[in-house]
Amino acid sequence: MTNSTLPNTATAMTTPPPPSAAPGVMVGSQLNARIPDGDPETAWLRRRQEYRVVNPANRKKFTVAVVGTGLAGAGAAAALAELGFEVHAFCYQDSPRRAHSIAAQGGINAARARKVDNDSLYRFVVDTVKGGDFRGREAEAYRLGQESVRVIDHMNAIGAPFAREYGGALATRSFGGVQVSRTYYTRGQTGQQLQLSAYQQLMRQVQAGTVKLHPRTEMLDLIMEDGAARGVIVRDLVTGEIHAQVADAVILATGGYGTVYYLSTLAVGCNASAAWRAHRLGAYLGNPSMVQFHPTCLPVMTPWQSKTILMSESLRNDGRMWVPLKPGDERAPGDIPEAERDYYLERKYPAYGNLSPRDISSRAGKEQIDSGHGVGPMHNATYLDLADAIKRLGANTIWERYSNLLEMYRIAVGEDPMQVPIRIAPNTHYTMGGLWVDYNLMSSIPGLFVGGEANSSYHGANRLGANSLLSASVDGWFVLPYAVMDYLAGRLGQARPALDSTAVLSAFERAQARTEALLQVRGTRTPAEFHKQLGNYLWEGCGLNRSDKSLKTAIGQIRALRSEFWQDVLVTGKGLGVNQTLEKAGRVADFLELAELLCVDALDRDESCGAHFRIEHQAAGEAVRDDDHWMFASAWATTAPLDFATNPTLRFTRHAEPLHYTNIQPARRNYQ
Amino acid sequence: MKLTLQIWRQRDTKDPGHYETFEVDQLDVGMSLLEMLDRLNEQLVHEGKEAIAFDSDCRESICGTCGVNVNGRPHGPRPHVTSCMQRLRSFRDGETVRIEPLRSGAFPVRKDLVVDRSGLDRIIAAGGTVALPAGTAPDSDAVGVGHDQVERALDFAACIGCGACVSACPNGAAVLFTGAKVAHLSMLPIPAIEKVPRAEHMVAAMEDEFGPCSQYGECALVCPQNVPLTAIAFLQKERLKSLLHPRV
Repeated sequence: MTNSTLPNTATAMTTPPPPSAAPGVMVGSQLNARIPDGDPETAWLRRRQEYRVVNPANRKKFTVAVVGTGLAGAGAAAALAELGFEVHAFCYQDSPRRAHSIAAQGGINAARARKVDNDSLYRFVVDTVKGGDFRGREAEAYRLGQESVRVIDHMNAIGAPFAREYGGALATRSFGGVQVSRTYYTRGQTGQQLQLSAYQQLMRQVQAGTVKLHPRTEMLDLIMEDGAARGVIVRDLVTGEIHAQVADAVILATGGYGTVYYLSTLAVGCNASAAWRAHRLGAYLGNPSMVQFHPTCLPVMTPWQSKTILMSESLRNDGRMWVPLKPGDERAPGDIPEAERDYYLERKYPAYGNLSPRDISSRAGKEQIDSGHGVGPMHNATYLDLADAIKRLGANTIWERYSNLLEMYRIAVGEDPMQVPIRIAPNTHYTMGGLWVDYNLMSSIPGLFVGGEANSSYHGANRLGANSLLSASVDGWFVLPYAVMDYLAGRLGQARPALDSTAVLSAFERAQARTEALLQVRGTRTPAEFHKQLGNYLWEGCGLNRSDKSLKTAIGQIRALRSEFWQDVLVTGKGLGVNQTLEKAGRVADFLELAELLCVDALDRDESCGAHFRIEHQAAGEAVRDDDHWMFASAWATTAPLDFATNPTLRFTRHAEPLHYTNIQPARRNYQ
Repeated sequence: MKLTLQIWRQRDTKDPGHYETFEVDQLDVGMSLLEMLDRLNEQLVHEGKEAIAFDSDCRESICGTCGVNVNGRPHGPRPHVTSCMQRLRSFRDGETVRIEPLRSGAFPVRKDLVVDRSGLDRIIAAGGTVALPAGTAPDSDAVGVGHDQVERALDFAACIGCGACVSACPNGAAVLFTGAKVAHLSMLPIPAIEKVPRAEHMVAAMEDEFGPCSQYGECALVCPQNVPLTAIAFLQKERLKSLLHPRV
């Protein structure tokens, strides 16, 4: 018997989790994440030895449904199919190649530690755990570092053209606050090259007939039988037909939910619906308020802006951030003399200056914008000025270093960043939170596994740059195949639900009823209008800075908006055929529920940690953790009353997974 | 800013389709082409009409989801820029702009501006892959690859699979797309092991659904990633080699 079959009960925490400051929140139980006991460094090896395997001849008897085809989903689908399992892969995009892993720019970390800069597995784990402000799992950081070696080799072999030294060895670069060079990259398009490599391997299995691919297909609900996940209900986005796919296990690799803020660096189609539907059926949601805001995004330029484009952080190596000293200064940047400029990062954080970490830089930028120092036509940005670097190094050097970014800025903004300062602003980027999973990446619903950004493992309260491509790849290629096979081994001889079983029919009816409900409201406001409004509430109430007051205000606003949505949303067109307004409405309906929990989690967690910054808990602008009371991951359950249609009130229960650190001792971050 | 838009409307694949004219006013030159469509759609929904269906996702020119023909040109007036990054400042105030789906015989229209480009996925499935199961890869530093070699491979690997090349081609050929993948994988030591069957299978899949190449070069003129036209020559070369290769 393996640990994955142990009951879901807990080891004791030294201090019991505190009661919640959020009204109405119930305190639940302590969770066992099923992390192997003992040395975290050897945990993964020991766990793999415990895992059961399925005889190759029996593998084709099992069906696995994989939702999402990014690095985690495509990897898991391809790897499981290579092993001989029957896989169904679903994505909302027209091709699996387009999943949003493709947009990652900077690189992928690996603890290969070949050079003599004294990198090591231990250093990788320290950086990851510290970067996550001691709210992630130590044993998982070890696994991430250990499997990173195979990830690089695999990606290299299947076609990722990693940058090379002239001597032919793999090149690395430094990245985000780490003192060694362990980031592997392909120019500024590392995500694209890894994603395309994974996609190609998925297509190889499609060609072999082991993966059945369902592009332009969106998951609407989860099929549950005897408390376990046994398939998905999906909508074909071309025909509009809703159908069921039964399975022995389901993997959600559906990405992050940053688009709940409306504006984010995510693709406009990214959504939380698959994860939220699973959550509403019992899959706990871990640390939903842990959201990373990226400091260097293009600012909003028109009220119609649909997303914020990321400008790689590398620009901060040569750019100086500043705002006019005088609030509301309308002069052109070139007309503002040196003495009337505030280089706010250099002033506030003299040691790290313009290279302060993401969360600190983001908060400092927002502070300037909020206090009336914002620049640009909408007064919503700060300057990132290359002028000094151009003077020092010459225009040619700067252009060579950043040409692709500067060209993108030129196209998007219509200004020449070699002549006038770049305007940037912080925006929503990555969600460390997600569906809570145990060490085996299984959610609190048996048979439902979650990989990549969609889960809440690895990154704690803040993700380190270049660790996202890594965690998605490790989950997909080198954790899920082992863990899912172990789970399936225990199901040998058991049948999947029949298509006319109650399990399938009830899930089907839930999905159909929701779709019809959205079409029937016929109100006066579009789904996009609700989404924008929700984004404003969240950005103000649960953005870079959170307070008891801002969160309580946001919760009230979100609840009201959700009631209005179900009375006033306007969806034109029909359920059959392509209907993008209907797709959007379904996603916004789920965002309106998720957003409340996001704020409730932020209100509940009465400390600051990583990206979660409660203004009540700071010292000299730095997050102040409360390890005595909050050294645990929150795992939320949401329930709704039976009359939810007329009374859309949600009830939340916070379970707690205590965190233990064996080889690394918690310390406070300091960048001043 | 004001524009007159002639937009292709088509209920489904069987519908013959038609142009519908819209006047859009108070546009901001900083808006993207697709944000203009977003705004028009909001207006249409408010009027109780169906929104114009169009594809887009990352909206930062890397996913390859978007793509419409603007005044007959794939992606829009600014060369080598995806539809999502095209800005209205490229148009004259008062101009009439015709927006159609990415036209090609190989890309059936599903609705309005949405086309089916799955033919491109089938070309990749046929051989744009590496037969190497997870976990079996050798150490990446065991086989060195030259710095310039990798950079050259990346020039081809950068293709975003948007299909603009196919739409720009008078023959509806997918040779730039296919050639880019063949070139990319042939330049890396492990994927290159399969280059003979790859060229053969990918070309067969390509010829099943797409037209022949007459070397007009229109494809490379619109490619948002500037995939070099030499991809075409590369494909011909690899294909020839595969034909001459002894059968086993």
